[in-house]
Amino acid sequence: MAIVFEKPKSLTDAALHYCPGCTHGIIHRLVAEAIDGLDMQSQTVGVAPVGCAVFAYNYFNCDMVEAPHGRAPAVATGIKRVCPQNLVFTYQGDGDLAAIGTAETVHAASRGENITIIFVNNAIYGMTGGQMAPTSLPNQITQTSPYGRDVKTAGYPIRVCEMLSTLSGTAYAERVSVDSVPNIRKAAKAIRKAFDVQKAGKGFSIIEVLSTCPTNWGLNPVESLDWLRDNMMPYYPLGVYKDKTAEGGDAK
Amino acid sequence: MSENRDLNAVLAGFGGQGILFMGKAIAYAGLLDGREVSWLPSYGPEMRGGTANCSVCISDEQIGCPLVTEPDALIVMNRPSFEKFVSTVKPGGTVVVESSIISAKVERGDVSVYYVPATTLAEQHGLNGLANIILMGKLLEATGFSAMETMEKTMEKIVPAKKAHLIPKNIEALQLGAAY
Amino acid sequence: MSQRVLMKGNEALAEAAIRAGCRYFFGYPITPQTELAAYMAKRLPKIDGCFLQAESEIAAINMVLGASAAGARVMTSSSSPGISLKTEGISYMVGSDLPALIINVQRGGPGLGGIQPSQADYWQATKAPGHGDLHILVFAPDSVQEMVDTVANAFALADEYRMPAMILADGMLGQMMEPVTLPEECGVTLPEKSWATNGHAGDARNIANSLYIDAVELESLVRARFARYAEIEEKHSQHEAYALEDAEVVVTAYGASARVAKAAVREARAKGIKAGLLRPITLWPFPKKAYEDAAKTAKSFLCVEMSMGQMVDDVRLAVGGKRPVAFYGRTGGIIPTPAEVLGEIEKQAGGTE
Repeated sequence: MAIVFEKPKSLTDAALHYCPGCTHGIIHRLVAEAIDGLDMQSQTVGVAPVGCAVFAYNYFNCDMVEAPHGRAPAVATGIKRVCPQNLVFTYQGDGDLAAIGTAETVHAASRGENITIIFVNNAIYGMTGGQMAPTSLPNQITQTSPYGRDVKTAGYPIRVCEMLSTLSGTAYAERVSVDSVPNIRKAAKAIRKAFDVQKAGKGFSIIEVLSTCPTNWGLNPVESLDWLRDNMMPYYPLGVYKDKTAEGGDAK
Repeated sequence: MSENRDLNAVLAGFGGQGILFMGKAIAYAGLLDGREVSWLPSYGPEMRGGTANCSVCISDEQIGCPLVTEPDALIVMNRPSFEKFVSTVKPGGTVVVESSIISAKVERGDVSVYYVPATTLAEQHGLNGLANIILMGKLLEATGFSAMETMEKTMEKIVPAKKAHLIPKNIEALQLGAAY
Repeated sequence: MSQRVLMKGNEALAEAAIRAGCRYFFGYPITPQTELAAYMAKRLPKIDGCFLQAESEIAAINMVLGASAAGARVMTSSSSPGISLKTEGISYMVGSDLPALIINVQRGGPGLGGIQPSQADYWQATKAPGHGDLHILVFAPDSVQEMVDTVANAFALADEYRMPAMILADGMLGQMMEPVTLPEECGVTLPEKSWATNGHAGDARNIANSLYIDAVELESLVRARFARYAEIEEKHSQHEAYALEDAEVVVTAYGASARVAKAAVREARAKGIKAGLLRPITLWPFPKKAYEDAAKTAKSFLCVEMSMGQMVDDVRLAVGGKRPVAFYGRTGGIIPTPAEVLGEIEKQAGGTE
């Protein structure tokens, strides 16, 4: 009988620890499929963050480094400078990438560091139990914004792809979502595209994936997908924000 | 043991007068003599504030503290350095004063003082910019920390390649200072 | 043997690292270590190496972490306030068993402090270079030559025991020029690093990680690391004994202040005072046994530091109350003079007769 569906080689057999309905599992699979697609499992080094994906080193079936909170782009820089032939990616959440690690993110992009960042944006700190994230929406209720995020005191959510697309070193930036089958297919293509950009030595690439957090949003999985579509997508429009390959390799 | 005298010197003046280079030259002469040497500059904002000074030691034993607080030899090339350092010189020590810039006189009687109008001398002899080397020549002659021959060899070694044509002038400046 | 050349401490450290096979440097500018980074920026690109000026000391140490995990011989350098920022990364490197060389050209603190030479980071280097149960190797050379000689040894021990090593210098050693004989520029064979995360799949894959949620597992890992620390203490403590055989007043100091102390000891001997110098070269491991031995003949100890008294804690622990331990220090960037230290030696000698 022909096999029509199987686990990617670039995922281990370890059972994922993510909550029911969380979309991290889908994103892990998409990254692993992209690595398999390039046949680069044994040439890939991943960098895990601090946050819900902290155990990513247990799941990706390649060499992995666990970075201090927010420092994954700096750690990936060190790895890539030593091993330029390897595929080097970080897998980071919104608190890790856009709060404590903002400087590392922005400067890796500005250097055109030839790495790929998989940025999982679910608008909340999941691992620590649902605090306000740099990407939490205006008026969003969290443990540390119990009356809703007040932009007068807590500021505005950061649109990471838009911000990084202004930097000359950013070669590819795209925001995708995993809320539906068509969007998951687009996300898969985007991740593959980012890895291709890295393989071609074009520079920094980032794929921002809008993701759900049913547990900390206090919604069931289906409601969560609706909430993502109704609330996150308007603030964080999907699409390609930077593509140097389409511009003949030149910076904007 | 070396025939040359030990040296614990402070060299001080304005940035741009070649204070640090002069210190390096003295230390390098000690190196060529096969002795222990150290060179320690003032560093940081002080450098950018206009004054520069450095400590240079030459000895047959390992240098203890490379920061010289009680020098036995002092070259001063501006008034603030004169005010700051003359009183720190050990009794019996040597002070070389750039007298075309500093009009003051050393008031203590327990040190040997040489007033050398180095900038004026340099201009008169077509040695512009080499006042520091003239003063170093005087210090060499007055203290005997090394031999003139070694000092000349030093200039050949440490004058940067792109300024190699200035080596004879440096040597002339040394001799001029020593003879003053 | 190579020729003696005149070199600035910071530049000599950089050249020694290159000759020890280091081709990766990540750092951030800070006085008084700047010449080290500048030297690397000039040299490394010419020899297929990588110099990268990071956006912060935090980023720099994490680039070091990544490069080390990937198997490279790698270093960073900074000065006191910058080292504070690196402590996070240092702790993660210890927890992930990753080697690297970190240089601290100390300046006065706390806070922004000053930029003049200081030894006020002894506690940080030897007791808490990061959070958690940990040690790193800490070397305290006292001359430009010894700094150069220490570099290759520090890299080798860091690799052997898979832990970071620090050279604890100061603004005086970094800024001064002294004659130095550099090691030959013959190729260095770097050790095989089968644990490196530089591309392996499946069962062969490597993980560099410091997270252990299971307390029992974490305890056993930390215990295993401390067993290695015990071996290092046994095998790799280093010190210099100067005029110690019959010394009644044992002066003890490290790095720059040991230079001053040695000059004072010489002057004391010239005056007929039986003084000697015990100079730790490794601060971790601390050469405890040398102190135990010295305590057998000494009447008293005098610890001299460019701080308010930090190493003196370890001296007192090592002497174990058998002899009085006095302290003399200057801080904030002031270097004690040999005359000041001689005065303290005379007080000790007078007090013990």
